[in-house]
Amino acid sequence: MGRYVARRLLQMIPVFIGSTLLIFCMMYALPGDPVRAMMGDQAYDPTVVASIKKDLGLDQPLLQQYANYMTGLFQGDFGTQIASQRPIADVIADAFPVTIRLTLFAFTFVTLVGIGLGVVAGLRPDTLQDRGLLTLTLFLVSMPSFVLGFLLQYQFAFKWQVTTPTVTDSTDFSQLALPAIVLASLSLAYVARLTRTSIAENLRSDYMRTAVAKGLPRRRVIGVHLMRNSLIPVVTFLGIEIGSLMTGAIVTEGIFNVRGIGLEIYDALTRREGATVVGIASLMVLIYLAASLIVDLLYAVLDPRIRYA
Amino acid sequence: MRGAKSAKWVAGAIVVALAATACGGNGDGEGKSKGSGPAGYVSIDVGEPQKPLIPADTNESNGSYVIQSIFTQLLDFDSKGDIVYTNAESVTTDDSKTWTVKLKKGWKFHNGEEVTSKSYIDAWNWYANIKNNQQNSFWFQDIKGYDDVHPEKGDPKAEAMSGLKAVDDHTFTIELKYTMPYFNYKLGYTTWAPLPKVFYDDPKAFGQKPVGNGPYTFEKWDHKKLIQVKAWDDYQGPNKAKNKGVQFKAYTTLEAAYKDVVSGNLDMIRQVGPTDLPKYKQDLGDGAIEQPYAALQSLTPAFYSKTFKDIDPKVLQGLSMAVDRDTITKTVLNNTRTPAKSFTPPGVKGNQNLDTDVFTYNPAKAKKLIQEGGGVPGNKFTIQYNTDGGHKEWVTAVCESIRKATGVDCTGDPKPDFATDLEARDNDQVKGMYRGGWVADYPVNANFMKELYHTTAEANNGRFSNKEIDGLMNKADKAKSLDESVKAFQEVEKKLVDFMPAIPLWYYRINGGHGKNVDNVNVDFHGDLEVWAVTTK
Repeated sequence: MGRYVARRLLQMIPVFIGSTLLIFCMMYALPGDPVRAMMGDQAYDPTVVASIKKDLGLDQPLLQQYANYMTGLFQGDFGTQIASQRPIADVIADAFPVTIRLTLFAFTFVTLVGIGLGVVAGLRPDTLQDRGLLTLTLFLVSMPSFVLGFLLQYQFAFKWQVTTPTVTDSTDFSQLALPAIVLASLSLAYVARLTRTSIAENLRSDYMRTAVAKGLPRRRVIGVHLMRNSLIPVVTFLGIEIGSLMTGAIVTEGIFNVRGIGLEIYDALTRREGATVVGIASLMVLIYLAASLIVDLLYAVLDPRIRYA
Repeated sequence: MRGAKSAKWVAGAIVVALAATACGGNGDGEGKSKGSGPAGYVSIDVGEPQKPLIPADTNESNGSYVIQSIFTQLLDFDSKGDIVYTNAESVTTDDSKTWTVKLKKGWKFHNGEEVTSKSYIDAWNWYANIKNNQQNSFWFQDIKGYDDVHPEKGDPKAEAMSGLKAVDDHTFTIELKYTMPYFNYKLGYTTWAPLPKVFYDDPKAFGQKPVGNGPYTFEKWDHKKLIQVKAWDDYQGPNKAKNKGVQFKAYTTLEAAYKDVVSGNLDMIRQVGPTDLPKYKQDLGDGAIEQPYAALQSLTPAFYSKTFKDIDPKVLQGLSMAVDRDTITKTVLNNTRTPAKSFTPPGVKGNQNLDTDVFTYNPAKAKKLIQEGGGVPGNKFTIQYNTDGGHKEWVTAVCESIRKATGVDCTGDPKPDFATDLEARDNDQVKGMYRGGWVADYPVNANFMKELYHTTAEANNGRFSNKEIDGLMNKADKAKSLDESVKAFQEVEKKLVDFMPAIPLWYYRINGGHGKNVDNVNVDFHGDLEVWAVTTK
């Protein structure tokens, strides 16, 4: 187990370096000079542009820039934003908690409601409630998140005025509820359907029949025997979903004015703030890697036959 | 059991992860204030400034809003574009070359330091110095000795510009390299603000927490969310704050800001987004703002391109007459623009009604002119624009209009974003025309000609070059007085019609609004809301 974890952690290093290099090259390949763009379309002085680029090391060749960036990164220095001259670490520290809060909210919602709905429907396949769930999830899957976002915003904030239309304070969970639900809706549908299918299938399996035949109480049959086996695909999905929820928040963050990582990376991209994009993206890579590691470890809990040496 | 053991391990990991995020969650100090902020404060949808708050390092609108509230330069303009003295008692000249500035006495920075001639001279020298990489440093290029502190290559040869001399604590002179009758108008730009001594100790820290001499004192900057400034009781200028303070709130979309104005969470919005334009007058009632300001959009031919190299100006005149400005501004642009009738927008000194029909839609004459001029090479051209700025719709409409009227094929040449668009312009890679836009830096007609169409002008991305026009402009700059210079530039403007360095399309209009909690919301000449004059109800 310990060795398995260590190996996985070691594997993260080349993945991390590879992905950052890739993103770095992509940013470099994009047309448009960030320093020049900062000057706008009014008059400007090329001497100043050249001088700023020299100070930031942007006049060096790509690999040299990457080497400089990585050296800085290992010393805990994410670099400096070109326009605002703020340390990127500060920028990330401002935006990350917001997105994490939003994501955790959405994730909890997805897990509880999604699995809940899936279990309810899966236990009684082909009944009215099951069909109801299938319709609802079909609706959620096919609805683009910005449509749902605007719709809910209009209904809840303007018509019924139960919440604010935009998030002015991201620590206030009542304000975050709406964006979190919108963000969660797509995954919710997947999780519910995945759980439903898994449960419905396993209901007919041999070990279920044995468990029931043994005379075990229904709570134990469903709670331990059925759930534990049915949740493996769901957990896999949920683990990967943490990452996509975080990066997928761009649209939702835009609609509800949530100042999170999604908007930050979008801004940075349009302004060609390479270092910011790479910084945020590398953190995302780390989160994905960590999430998939946790998922793999969770398998062992759900199914003791799966072992890691 | 193996499973149980790993369960503990995983549970531990989850607890650690949760704890870590919880720490992150509580770490940032977000304000709990709701609605429009502290009592008596007004709020406006001004987003995060791109750069630190240093007057000479900002030329985008978000930053300059904040800087204008914290700093006051020598003079300012009223809504008609006339000079209003703020920190200066007077700015005078006898020969348009040496200017004498007299400061009002008793002015102080927010930290109590007196505003003297030195506060200005030191600041300007610092701004102009190439080592400090100030974005607006070229604004000082007219001053004698600028090239010493800002050489094209290498280190500066001097620390100070020789053209700036203090006479006494409240008088100083500015000597220019050449005559410039409207130089005093340039002084109204925020870049010319003075700096207190504390700035030089740590410019970087100052940029996050500025100390100025303006109507408001800096309170806090919650990055990407809010900048808050407080009215300064000791302010002596004419633009003293009529409210208790201002919150500049960052919004990600115009729609989100608009919703907050309607629901009362925000007091003012600078621009209503396209989706809300049809109904904003109904929603806001008296709060709806619709006013023209000194900005102009045009199509600029790249005179180095295959299409427009050595083009007969008649062709450009014809293309200009093929654009149905009235219809496009009304429909596609939702009445947010006013059709252009000259090369200068109203609101700048010297704006005139040109005696020409070049700006009037006339398909028959357009066709004729294009034929007389030898036609557009290949009978087609492109208009370059950036897709991230809402230009696609009108570019398509303009092309459609030209195609219908003249049969010349016109297509958009989209660039994914502004940065790419600018790069193509800078590197002379525009294939046909590009969309040009210009907002007045100072309300004089020269600003819309000298900076755009003079051969040596930095913003002349179409590379228009005409000896006759250059000569006329140089002559206009040598005029003895502002009035003469304005008149001379009016003559230049009349001449421009013969050469068509660009096809003016329309003047900008601000379509903003305010909620029910505030009053007295006015627009200044470059389209900014005058925040200081806003009163709360």
